[in-house]
Amino acid sequence: MPFSLHFSPTPLITAPSPLSKPFFLVPYYHTLHAPKSPLCSSMEHALTHQGKQEAFDLRPEDSQTLPLGLRRDAMPSHVAVIMDGNRRWARLRDLPVRSGYEAGVESLRKIVEICCKWGIKVLSVFAFSSDNWFRPKVEVEFLMSLFERGMQEDTGIFFRENIRISVIGDLTKLPKALQELMVNLEEATKNNTRFQLIVAVSYSGHYDVVQACQRLALKAKCGLIEPSDINVSLMEQELETNCTEFPHPDLLIRTSGEFRISNFMLWQLAYTELFFAQSLWPDFGEAEFLKALLAFQQRQRRYGV
Amino acid sequence: MPSHVSFIMDGNRRYARKNKLKQVAGHEAGYFALLSMVTYCYELGIKYVTAYAFSIDNFNRRPEEVQSIMDLMTEKFELLCRKDSVVNGYSIRVHVSGNLQLLPQHSRDAANKLMSLTVNNFGLLLTICVAYTSTDEIIHAVEKCCEEKWVENDGRTISLADIEKRMYMEIAPDLDIVIRTSGENRLSNFLLWQTAKSYLYSTSALWLEIRIWHLVWAVFNFQRYQLLQKKEE
Repeated sequence: MPFSLHFSPTPLITAPSPLSKPFFLVPYYHTLHAPKSPLCSSMEHALTHQGKQEAFDLRPEDSQTLPLGLRRDAMPSHVAVIMDGNRRWARLRDLPVRSGYEAGVESLRKIVEICCKWGIKVLSVFAFSSDNWFRPKVEVEFLMSLFERGMQEDTGIFFRENIRISVIGDLTKLPKALQELMVNLEEATKNNTRFQLIVAVSYSGHYDVVQACQRLALKAKCGLIEPSDINVSLMEQELETNCTEFPHPDLLIRTSGEFRISNFMLWQLAYTELFFAQSLWPDFGEAEFLKALLAFQQRQRRYGV
Repeated sequence: MPSHVSFIMDGNRRYARKNKLKQVAGHEAGYFALLSMVTYCYELGIKYVTAYAFSIDNFNRRPEEVQSIMDLMTEKFELLCRKDSVVNGYSIRVHVSGNLQLLPQHSRDAANKLMSLTVNNFGLLLTICVAYTSTDEIIHAVEKCCEEKWVENDGRTISLADIEKRMYMEIAPDLDIVIRTSGENRLSNFLLWQTAKSYLYSTSALWLEIRIWHLVWAVFNFQRYQLLQKKEE
């Protein structure tokens, strides 16, 4: 389902220079065996049929104004979100769990739109944790199909709105078709500069550090580096957030009143301001997002000094 | 009850300013506040307590402040080495976690002495993080893995357990609760790896204003979450 975006005509970010992947195959978490054609058939279909989708509401003047109290110079570059509460939202309404997830997707679309409008450059969302594989099979299968459907339906919008999509996580565990779709979408949107949406699927902070460690160990084994060379910079080149110019979230929002990180981006959250919202994710809208951003702008970030 | 509780002891400088004290007096009083919280944890049956005393980032503070904290640290470590100190009274084992090579010699020696004197205490493990950041800890563990692991077992995958075994904090289990004082809501590069599933509790009270009921409230919320999780399963 398309959503409307009010976008600024000038790009808000410059395209980050992609860090080169190692020339040798990394046989552990990061290898994908999906063919890397620039456009798969579903994306071509989405682009050629874009005229049939609703035209979105273009109001350029909205992109220049922020809600009262919010300062453009103090906007976080990178916001991360743990989108918690979809199942509870459905249960409270006597709806099936899948309705909660679908409502969650709508909520995400709205927040992406607001991020574009308010000048946030990167949004990372914790869509599916490594731990979520232990959920009931039916639920997991539904989520995989929801991801596939969502990415296919919104492909046209990503291209039109100049949005870059990046996917982080152990994609080898995903269905092949979804892997292929994600890889192709990443490739096709990699030069989009207006806004970056990082979707964490089959991801955990522990997994990210472990896979970075494995890649560094291989480099050391091949004589490319010494173990004593390993520092913050080398680690960050191997972490999966090397896909963005802004790998460290300035603000993390977790919905549904839970006060924990739940294994999301542990390294990257070292100095991130944390905001815990009471709303369930499908109910998290502009008002609460504004509250989180206002709270962020009040915080004094000292970085230990 | 939670097994492992940690404290980010924030707000000593603000407390000193608020009460028109010297900054070092704020830190000294902070030490006594830590001992109080440790004894409360002991009484509640919590086996592991970790405190964030000095970050590697804190070395960027004014040299006079850093110097006074190092001197205070040495003095307190030596005090704890005495037979009549609280650590012996409660049979507390003290472990100092961090990149100790960054400390001045006198602080490092005092830390090592305290660790060796209390190594056989079994009442509670108190880990004091000094010259510590989580990213430094992870880099250190990753470096060790790269040095040791692929040489020993060529071709075998480095696992999560391999990295954990080489962390400074491998001595304690994963954190159940992180308590941060002075109202900040961030981890400040503290135990990032170990905090993956922890309950995060932030109070606006400064470290020197923390009381037992803050700890009890945190434990209560932690237990409430455990019950809800069991119910959901």
